[in-house]
Amino acid sequence: MHLTLEKLAPFLGSYYLVLAVMNAVFGYFLWEHKKNIRQAVFWTVVAGAFTIMASIAYSGQQKLMELVSLPEAFRGFVDGNLANPALYTIGTSAFLVTMFLFRKVLVQPVVAWGLLVLALLLMGLSMADVQFAEIVTKPDNVPIVAMVFLLGYFTWLATAQAVKNDERTARGEDPLEKLNNEKILVWPDLVYTELICMVAVTAVLTYWAVGLQAPLEDAASSVKTPNPSKAPWYFLGLQEMLVYFDPWMAGVVLPSTIVAGLMAIPYLDFNKAGNGYYTINQRKFAYLVFQFGFLELWVTLIILGTFLRGPNWNFFGPYEQWDAHKVVALNNVDLSQFFWLGLVGYMPKAPDGASEIAKFGWILWRELPGIIVVVSYLALLPPFLGLTIFRGFYKRMGLIRFMVMSNLLLMMMLLPIKMVLRWTINLKYLISIPEYLLNL
Amino acid sequence: MPNLGEVIRNSQIWKSIFRHPMPVDRRNRIVVMLTNFFLHLHPVSIKKQGIALSYTWCMGGVTFFLFLVETITGVLLMFYYRPTTEWAYMDILSLRDTASLGILRELHRWGAHAMVIAVWLHMYRVFLTGSYKPPREFNWVVGVVLLLLTLLLSFTGYLLPWDQLAIWAITVGSKMGAATPFLGAEGPGSMLLQVGSIPMITGASDARFGLLGARFVGEETLNRFYVLHCVAIPLAVALLLAIHFWRVRKDGGISGPL
Repeated sequence: MHLTLEKLAPFLGSYYLVLAVMNAVFGYFLWEHKKNIRQAVFWTVVAGAFTIMASIAYSGQQKLMELVSLPEAFRGFVDGNLANPALYTIGTSAFLVTMFLFRKVLVQPVVAWGLLVLALLLMGLSMADVQFAEIVTKPDNVPIVAMVFLLGYFTWLATAQAVKNDERTARGEDPLEKLNNEKILVWPDLVYTELICMVAVTAVLTYWAVGLQAPLEDAASSVKTPNPSKAPWYFLGLQEMLVYFDPWMAGVVLPSTIVAGLMAIPYLDFNKAGNGYYTINQRKFAYLVFQFGFLELWVTLIILGTFLRGPNWNFFGPYEQWDAHKVVALNNVDLSQFFWLGLVGYMPKAPDGASEIAKFGWILWRELPGIIVVVSYLALLPPFLGLTIFRGFYKRMGLIRFMVMSNLLLMMMLLPIKMVLRWTINLKYLISIPEYLLNL
Repeated sequence: MPNLGEVIRNSQIWKSIFRHPMPVDRRNRIVVMLTNFFLHLHPVSIKKQGIALSYTWCMGGVTFFLFLVETITGVLLMFYYRPTTEWAYMDILSLRDTASLGILRELHRWGAHAMVIAVWLHMYRVFLTGSYKPPREFNWVVGVVLLLLTLLLSFTGYLLPWDQLAIWAITVGSKMGAATPFLGAEGPGSMLLQVGSIPMITGASDARFGLLGARFVGEETLNRFYVLHCVAIPLAVALLLAIHFWRVRKDGGISGPL
């Protein structure tokens, strides 16, 4: 199935129409309930602009549609100059850090609304690009788009409450959640809320099921390998890790560590504050670690794996055609090669006819630089941290809990560290022992 | 002359089912929570804060509701579907083209995606409100297992349509079985496990073989995943859900500031 602008036109027209209605309602809300005339006029004008865009989009004509799409030059620039994993990761990290630092401004409803409209506008303009639309509208990718917007909304909702509570705490007041302390009966208040939730979910699900057919490709064939072969979308973060790690790490050790680490959270977080209400300032360390793990290392990798990884798992720009013949030069080098060939001038190798044990010794000798690095990272760094910057943690947690926490954190940091080493010095493996399938 | 509603509510049949008058006054609103099997999961009264939607997001409830939707649509789908390589794909095709209520598979598939998203959002909310802190540590652990089982439910279901999307996604996903340290044929250290010179861990005895029931995704895998998807994992989820809900009550009810 190949999309064309004509096929996209009805969808895009309706999309802008919905945006127009959304902004008109928001403008009316500001006028009626907030008595904010200037802002109401502004959002009504925005609604008018979207109405015009809708009528242009409904036309489906190439010439007119160019008015509601991103300029060719801009798309070419994004695909040609910005589309690589390093910039993507740096960009998303910078975006999240900015969001965090300026949270007090960003959580204001009008600012948040503006950001939402901008995001939806960018999405709409991008949808007029057939390549972009084809990937985003794949039936199994639709939930990921929904998840991105839901996560954005709920992150805003949580942050807005946390910011309010943090301001109150700074003034010496209780968090808002403590004010609403009166007891009410579960029937009718909670029971009816649940009923309404169920009806709403049923309605959304039915609408979704009627509107979008579940994907069904050709019958299974074990000889025709699709390119790219992708895991289900919620595992694409793990598949993305395969770029930087061998399957035993990306598919087994790191996922197990994620599960173990999640389970360990309540036993490692000794901070008694922030139990049962939204706050950031009272538990900044826990908050930042979790958000880094969840939003940056899990969600953005899923988005990357879904929308930007094409044939042969190559990185493609959002408007770039998925060309199976795209060639990306891979000249990655192991740490042992850096050390022995770069500094010493030869690679240690067991002499012919050496015994198994001697060969094993030679392998260890060859990989010694990497082994030293990894052992120091996982075994020596935690006590060092405990005596320096994490001294307070170490004192309050005790030896075992501190070692567990610092090792979990270091395991989590392995991924970004390996990413940066790959992008900067083309490092392939820290330890490379193909003889025992042990590459790290 | 009594109206029909009154006649029904005064009948012996009605009274044998609902053991109290309509919950319109305070007393009966309490009694209904105590005498109705489906409602007794709830407490009788609750802090107003505990049910504020901006606080709870209702995502745990949505996840549970979607689990029920998946169970019901799943049972209906089982009427039409035979888990064999000969029939599976054909049955899915005819499900789309000939079965009445032709959106069953859509409801099931989109419901599954929605459940994965809802369970993540539930975890997100519980973390952001610090609700895993004492005394709720253990229930967080149960929740993490439920999260994992939700992903496995979705993963095992992914294979059942038996189309290209299905077998290749599972082929990619199950590669990790082969890469398991020591227990996977392509995992580090597996060659160390040998008796004499006979390797213990091969493509026909390793972790992936255990998962797939064969060296490759095939007939045995389809059967294995079908049983996992329809029986084994749902049973485990149901048990853990019961514990999860029970512990919410026992650990002090829905979370809120202490």
